[in-house]
Formats: sequence, structure tokens, C-alpha cells
Amino acid sequence: MLTKRIIPCLDIKNGRTVKGVNFVNLKDAGDPVELAKQYALKGADELVFLDISATLEGRKTMIDMVLKVAEHVNIPFTVGGGITSINDVDLLLKSGADKVSINSSAVKRPELINELANKFGSQCVVVAIDAKQINDDWIVHLAGGSVPTNLNLFDWAKEVEARGAGEILFTSMDNDGTKAGFANQALAKLSDTLNIPIIASGGAGTVQHFVETFKEGKADAALAASVFHFGEITIEELKVALKDNNIEVRF
Amino acid sequence: MKIVIIDYGAGNIKSIQFAFKRLGYNAILSNNPEVIKTADKVIFPGVGEASSAMQMLKSSGLDILIPTLKQPVLGICLGMQLMCKSTEEGNTKGLNIFNVKVKRFNNTVKVPQMGWNTITDLKSKLFKGVKNQSFMYSVHSFYAESCIESIATTTYSLNYASALQKANFYGVQFHPEKSSSIGEQILKNFITL
Repeated sequence: MLTKRIIPCLDIKNGRTVKGVNFVNLKDAGDPVELAKQYALKGADELVFLDISATLEGRKTMIDMVLKVAEHVNIPFTVGGGITSINDVDLLLKSGADKVSINSSAVKRPELINELANKFGSQCVVVAIDAKQINDDWIVHLAGGSVPTNLNLFDWAKEVEARGAGEILFTSMDNDGTKAGFANQALAKLSDTLNIPIIASGGAGTVQHFVETFKEGKADAALAASVFHFGEITIEELKVALKDNNIEVRF
Repeated sequence: MKIVIIDYGAGNIKSIQFAFKRLGYNAILSNNPEVIKTADKVIFPGVGEASSAMQMLKSSGLDILIPTLKQPVLGICLGMQLMCKSTEEGNTKGLNIFNVKVKRFNNTVKVPQMGWNTITDLKSKLFKGVKNQSFMYSVHSFYAESCIESIATTTYSLNYASALQKANFYGVQFHPEKSSSIGEQILKNFITL
């Protein structure tokens, strides 16, 4: 049986993890490779690295990091942030990334999704969508939720699938950072309308939230950052709880 | 031990090279028939689309070479699919090493299958020390049908052959290089065949 996936997400700036990390036995909490190894050992199913470097220099450092992660970590990982071209993706995949995640660049030029899917295969193309609810409509936003577009979440998700995306990473800006649970209604609607896997993101605060997003939100995977980084929820306890709730997970 | 990863331009081969490095082996990347012929072990990787990958194989004559190899050959993911008779992806004729067709999952399940699924019915030395129901990581929209050459079975809407073997040719649909310590055990087993 295909299991539900648990995905810690690491924000990377100039080759280092940002946001505090509260892990025991970690020599260097800012080192993404050390952190990734820990997560792989603890049973994370995949990892996502989000490059938030604003400079070209920072982006170059990202490639070095991808190479090191690929060298030392034996589970799949996705790299996102600032990807705008086939060349960017080519370099990341050649450096050992398994998938790439694109967001704004897909909204700005949707053909990029087709180009990447044709060249590298749908399986490595994740389209990240940030959306928030405005007057009962889910509206896609860019730049970390600050810039609204005229796209409706469900229409855009359908288009993204038709253009060849292999997976959707949906972050509810309304839920992100609240620790009050995932946007399960919208997630379930996405899952029912689309035939590609959906990763739930934004709102994880408790183990129960993960149970709910897999059951009510019908998510295929759930992504979170701070609850894992600060040790508020460990991957092990989370998986035990999911199993107790009859949700298939990998041990 | 000379391990050669066939480098014909398809997909993420760095991960496979790194996986061998973690096991203490230096695997070489090459598309040179002489280098491939003289290897002790050959890895035939592949990620991406079948018809274009087959085109790349043909342009370097590797489609002729691979079926003639005598040492253990391990096809991974699309590599395994290309070793089959044919695949529905791009209506592509395969290398016809395994006598089985590759088909697309129907839409009763999410396609691609992405993530960790179990392997059962393990039948080869390739799985020495690997427990039945071990989890392996896969990402794919197409599968090889269950057949007499199956050495592992996985269920995703139906039972399919998640690994195949015929003589010195092995194929796995999942990614051992990304499947944690159990995947590494399978690569280790392949090296010691």
C-alpha cells in the first residue's frame, strides 16, 4: 500500500538553514546537510529545501548544498525557490535533486510547466501554489502571499495538472503560521478534482492536524517546518499516531 | 570492482553515483561501449520520458549493446521499463530483454504513483536480507505487468512487477538509491552478485 508522506521543509539562505532549529545531538543546526541526515534517520519520507537567497551568490551556494545533500542523504528531496528556466532545473537535477518546485515563474509563464514536464518528466515537476480566501474564493498569491493574482486556486490547479505537473504543493496562506490545522476543505476539493498527488502545507500545530489533513483533507503528503525543527512534534511520534488512526505510513 | 552507470543523458544519475559512494564504491559514468563492456557491473538508469530516452540510446548505439551484455545489469525505473518488450509511453518499442509490456496506471488512482510502497513476493538474490513488505520509493506513471520474470510485486490499484530478472539482467521500478538503508542493501546485493 502506498503510504502517506511526511515532509519536513527547510528554508535555506546562502547555503544555511534559517529559522531556529532545536535539535539535540546536532553539531551544527545551521547546516542543512546535518539536519537532512537527521530527518532521514528519524523516518522523514522526503525533504523540501526552499531557497530564499535573494542574491546570485546565494543561488550558487544552493547548488553546492544540493550536491552535498545528494551525497549524504538516502531519501528523495525537492528543491524550490527562484527557479525560472530549463537551465535552472537541469543544473539542480544534475546536482542530485529529485524534484524541483516552481511557483511564481509558473504563474508568470505557465508554458514553463509544459517545457519542464516534456524535458525532465512530470515526476520531477512540483508546482507550489500559495492561496488565501478572499470573499469565499481561494485566490492564488505570489511572493510569499503578498501579491494577489487573478487566478482561482482550483482553476489554476487544474491548468497546472493539464500542463504536466506531477504534484501540487498547496499552502494556505490563511493557515500558514497559525498552528491551527491545515486547510482541509480546500485540500479535499483539490484532491477530488485532480488526479495528481497533493501535498498539504500551512497550519501544522499538532499530531491531530496531520491525522485530519490525511483523513478530511485527503492529502497525499503533509509538509511542515517549525513543528519539526523545534522538536514540538517528532517524526516518530507522528507516524505512530497516524498508524493508530489507520493511516498507512512507512516505518 | 568496476561499476559503470550508463550515462545517456536521461535523468538524475548523480544520486546513483552517490549511493555507491556511500557504500564505498566509485561508480563511473560512461556512454562509451568499450567502458561499459568491460565493467563488472552495469547500472542502466533512466528518469523522464520513454520515447526520447530510447532515441538517446539509439543515437549512441546503446540499444544494440545493452542486450548483449554478459555481466549483471541493473535497470532502474525508466531503465527497467526500456528493458521490456514495449511501453505505452510514447508507444515505444523496448530492448525486449524482459518479455513483458509496460502500461500506464488507470485513473482510479493518482498518477504518477509517488512515494513509498511495499515490495512482496521477493524471489531473487537481489533481495537477500530484505524483508517482505519492505518500503521502497517510487515515482512513476507506467508499470510492468506481473509476469513469469517478476521477482517482486507491488500493489497500486493492481499488482505489478516492481522488479524483474532474466539471466544476468535485473530491473527495479523503484529507486534503491533513494530508498533509505533497505535500498542500499539492494545495491550492495547487486554488487556482490
